[in-house]
Amino acid sequence: MLLTSAFLIPCSLFKLQKMWSLTDISSAIHNWLNQTFNPTWALIIEMVIAGIAVIGLFAVLGLVLVLMERRVAAWMQIRLGPNRVGPFGLMQSMADTLKLLVKEGMTPDGADKFLFNLAPFIAMMVAMLLMAPIAFAKGFQLWDMNIGVLYISAVSSIMVISILMAGWASNNKYSLMGAMRSGAQIVSYELSAGLSILTIVVLTGSLNITDIINAQADGWWVFKGHIPVIISFVIFIIAVTAETNRAPFDLAEAESELTAGFHTEYSGMKFALFFLAEYINVFIVCAIGATLFLGGWMPFHIGHWEAFNHAMDYIPSSVWFFGKTFFLIFVIMWFRWTFPRLRIDQLLNLEWKYLLPISMFNLLLATAVAILGWHF
Amino acid sequence: MFEEIGTTTEGDLIINVGPQHPATHGVLHLVITLNGETIKKVEPHLGYIHRSIEKMCESLTYRQFIYVTSRMDYLSAHINNHACAMCVEKGMQIEVPERAQVIRVIMDELTRIASHELWWGAMAMDIGAFTPFFHAFREREKINEIMEETCGARLTMNYYVPGGLMADLHPDFQKKVKEFIVLFKRKIDEYDELVTGNIIFINRMKGVGFLSKEDAISYGCSGPAARGSGVNSDIRKLYPYAVYDKVQFDEVLETGCDSLARYMIRIREMKQSIRIIEQLIDNIPEGDFQAKTKAVLKLPKGEFYTRVETARGELGVYIVSEGGTTPYRIKFRSPGFSNLSALDHMARGSKLGDLVAMMGTLDLVIPDIDR
Repeated sequence: MLLTSAFLIPCSLFKLQKMWSLTDISSAIHNWLNQTFNPTWALIIEMVIAGIAVIGLFAVLGLVLVLMERRVAAWMQIRLGPNRVGPFGLMQSMADTLKLLVKEGMTPDGADKFLFNLAPFIAMMVAMLLMAPIAFAKGFQLWDMNIGVLYISAVSSIMVISILMAGWASNNKYSLMGAMRSGAQIVSYELSAGLSILTIVVLTGSLNITDIINAQADGWWVFKGHIPVIISFVIFIIAVTAETNRAPFDLAEAESELTAGFHTEYSGMKFALFFLAEYINVFIVCAIGATLFLGGWMPFHIGHWEAFNHAMDYIPSSVWFFGKTFFLIFVIMWFRWTFPRLRIDQLLNLEWKYLLPISMFNLLLATAVAILGWHF
Repeated sequence: MFEEIGTTTEGDLIINVGPQHPATHGVLHLVITLNGETIKKVEPHLGYIHRSIEKMCESLTYRQFIYVTSRMDYLSAHINNHACAMCVEKGMQIEVPERAQVIRVIMDELTRIASHELWWGAMAMDIGAFTPFFHAFREREKINEIMEETCGARLTMNYYVPGGLMADLHPDFQKKVKEFIVLFKRKIDEYDELVTGNIIFINRMKGVGFLSKEDAISYGCSGPAARGSGVNSDIRKLYPYAVYDKVQFDEVLETGCDSLARYMIRIREMKQSIRIIEQLIDNIPEGDFQAKTKAVLKLPKGEFYTRVETARGELGVYIVSEGGTTPYRIKFRSPGFSNLSALDHMARGSKLGDLVAMMGTLDLVIPDIDR
């Protein structure tokens, strides 16, 4: 069922209402639309609202994450970071976006113009499509499909097409090399990411995101799943860092070797779309990590500490979800500003010689744990 | 002059790194022949920042030409000036006062630390770590402040004149240097924690850019690039000048012959520089900071050569004098040029990403290579 609302972040953090959720708002809108219009029109209007909400969320998240990255980087590098435009530099990303919007979108001579202009839109579309099955709060999901995890794995693979397309169509050797590196990298690390997600699927017995979250009501998988889940969590974080082309795996845009890699020739809004898509992808993989391993919007519960659990329930579910997601995003940003970059052969060795065999054995272990019921 | 940029007949890819490229800190132009990611040939093209410094020096007097040399290897400005001042002093047979000699050594070693700090930051940035750059600049700034107080400049100091120094030390100099030593000893361990011990970093550096001892000698490498291959090439030890024969310090040698060895050399050299400064900072003798010289310097007819150890290696200054007020001919033997010539040999067969790391460990300063 299609549940929508434009208010994604709860208006009141302090509203002490048990399991404050956005279900009420979305079902109110759903009911009102169905009373006012006939069901077909109601469905179409709901879809339009959902589309606008995704685009709005896309823009807001992109801007927030860019600013967050810059502030985190500044903090680690003993700088101040952007702090001039608006209070605490909050409007900095807005100003940057405005600048990029009014810039001329250049297409180099000799580029394959159609593919060159298409590539950033594919990158953006993939990022938007991935938002569909993510549960932002209790009962707050655009599309609760029964194959949610499979959908995420499948759609995120399309990202590589836009990068290869951009690299090939630019008619630039740096771009081409960046795209080839990226292709090898994303295809390789997809395997580890997929296998580490599978451990959770095996333990839960479902591909449905809601089922996976509900299975963590009495404890997050990372706590109750024993060693296999901890191993797969670590592998998942490494693999998604590589999949989103973030440092230390940012070989596709290794600026000291390839200038800017696959987006060397892009400028203006076309560059901004790649840039935003990168950050949205980071958000999405962290959201998936939070959902699968850290319980999504599930509050933190400890066994029979009733008072503690009760207190935890007062924190809105969306705060739990965004808190966990932003914690993982911070970890990934922390990687970026700490580690040097790997070399291409080391990158592929890490995946094929270490991560993939470990994930395979880990999956067997997780299966054994699931069959024998050793998890809590 | 340039090959046709594109693919060769064997289907290899030729790419240009530079003159405008984030990998080359300056306007170095490398034409790289690639087979996939593997390097087949590296060909440096120079001349983008050629300013005819040697020719310019021929029309400047012996007092004036020293200032131009600050612009060669701008990270070792003091040491360049030292070489030139020493060459003129040798020709004129000027006895430099002890105080000036000691201050010169302290300044040279501070310059060496500042240069290695910048190298450390840029080196880490070359292999993809941004943060060390800012951490390195934090400490380098302290040295720049010390220099600024005494010399009035932060990069091209022009503090040395034939016969001594241009001015006496700032009253705060000793205090500030001592503060810096305390700070730096703490920070250099932080550098090791941040970069040196990192497993990705070690994997990127170890066994990369192999330059054997024989090759290092035959390419004429000097400085840390040669000492990383186990070649005794420290001019401060081999041909001591100023007061280097009176201070205790070790010539840092590594036998790894790879990028990691060259990296470790510079890290350990910074510690040795601190050791030299510590010995001298409390023992600056009283006296004149400048010897009495004639207003117009005229070198006797003949040829004069001096050499010093800059942060990059051996810098030689060769002056041919006809007895006039300006040199007849000047030639600088710059360390970067010889070190760069070994790049092709080192890079063949390695990956494109490693080339950047190798260039980082050679510590190329382009105006030094291309005068």
